[in-house]
Amino acid sequence: MSHWSTAPETDASGLPLPCPTALSRPHWDGCARGELLVQCCADCGRRVFPPQPVCTACFSERLGWERSSGRGLIYSFTVVHRPPRPEFEVPYVIVIVELEEGWHMLSNLLDCDPDAVAVGDPVEVSFETRAGMVLPMFRRRGA
Amino acid sequence: MARQALHDVAIVATANTRQARRLDGETDTALVLAVMRELLARSGLRPADIDGVNVVAPVGGIHPRQAAHWLGPRPRWCGTEYMGIAAVLEAAAAIATGQATTVLLATAQAGAYGERGATAPWTRPSYEFTECFGLYTAAEFALCARRHMTLYGTRHESMATVAATIRNNGHRHPGAASYGRAPLTPDDVAASRMVASPFRLLDCCITSEGGGGLLLTTAERARELPVTPVYLLGAGTDRRGLAYTRAPLWEECGDIGARAAARSFAQAGLRPADIDVCEFYDPFSFEIIRQFEAFGFCAPGEGGDFVLDGRIAIDGEFPVATNGGLLAFSHAGTLQMLQKVIAACEQLTGAAPPALRVPEARVALASNGGSGALFCDVMILGSERP
Repeated sequence: MSHWSTAPETDASGLPLPCPTALSRPHWDGCARGELLVQCCADCGRRVFPPQPVCTACFSERLGWERSSGRGLIYSFTVVHRPPRPEFEVPYVIVIVELEEGWHMLSNLLDCDPDAVAVGDPVEVSFETRAGMVLPMFRRRGA
Repeated sequence: MARQALHDVAIVATANTRQARRLDGETDTALVLAVMRELLARSGLRPADIDGVNVVAPVGGIHPRQAAHWLGPRPRWCGTEYMGIAAVLEAAAAIATGQATTVLLATAQAGAYGERGATAPWTRPSYEFTECFGLYTAAEFALCARRHMTLYGTRHESMATVAATIRNNGHRHPGAASYGRAPLTPDDVAASRMVASPFRLLDCCITSEGGGGLLLTTAERARELPVTPVYLLGAGTDRRGLAYTRAPLWEECGDIGARAAARSFAQAGLRPADIDVCEFYDPFSFEIIRQFEAFGFCAPGEGGDFVLDGRIAIDGEFPVATNGGLLAFSHAGTLQMLQKVIAACEQLTGAAPPALRVPEARVALASNGGSGALFCDVMILGSERP
């Protein structure tokens, strides 16, 4: 068996699900409560995401969890027409969101016209349930 | 130029099996053995001359120490890098530090792909913060290309020009998986179906199967062999964490490879203008534009215009991916990374097919990786001993 071929956790429809770790559990627990949590460094103030054991800016281990406003701007996007797994319904939009606190996360933009998405569009988090897991996705804001 | 240990190492043979979308009935073991035999035949060396080995088949699972055993008791050094330029650099370091005198590198892939399944297996991440959102290789690199378009006004026309140029090279290379296909125009690329915007089907690399490898030894020893050696002039790596696990930010990965190129040029005592052949890694058309900027051939934001007007064609100022690259030659496991070094050697020894030969090619730059991959390694090779 290859050392890089992997079979992810999926829901009944075959869509992949994240597998939380001890490190990331607070983030996913936050999503389940409707809160978008991100690590914040007590020494330099940098937000760190995805979760890490140390601050990637100053190597401090004094990382705590902080609630994000969940509001941000689209930093980049791609409209996917050929999915990695047939279970994904195309087209769908993958976005990088720049959150108000200056950190970034990868997610999906929901309920949008794929031809009208633009870098800089304002968005806000929207918690979506997939087979019991709550995933942080985004919708346009202010429309 | 300061003397570098790297300068005492030479590539004395390269070899490729047939490359194809699928090689039905083949195994990666059979392909690797064919490559090993061809390397020995071309270099005039015997199995007992090989004292260092890095042979891998990541999908099927050949371990370097297993392949070393096939060569008998003499190999005492085994590489651990599975990536092309990094593996060549690791082998050169083993030679330069006296751990081995002659190292054989080979890799192959067969039987990995289903009928039309076309996502390379190592880029199907099971990563916690990306996979659930439908991220995969093409989408990851597309996010980088979109950012460049936003920052600099780069148009898809430039990407389509890159894709058509490189694919047409491969269509004319008898060893390429896409050999014999009809010529393409940038309009054909723009008309192909959308995969992950802004990338269309023909902006994206193929998947294929095949084997390949090369043989390194000391520059001294190379002179005694019946071969045309290629010398290592400079090399460098640039890595920024684990790919496919987080949002690729342009600030972190847009110029990836810049540190690798700077080290390579410094070791070689050369500048971008001195490069005759650009065997840049081409998983997606946009990456060529990005690398011309990151490596210092043009300023940030100028790459889109830089690739137009025939500059990157075989008879242009900076011919790119002269064998057809990942877009048309082959993309088989990890072999496509080594293919960049092999293609450079073929140009520098005059072994490239006549229709694709760059006249008076003396210096070539090979690269591996890319923005979405969060790594980019560079190697500069030359036909004259530094």
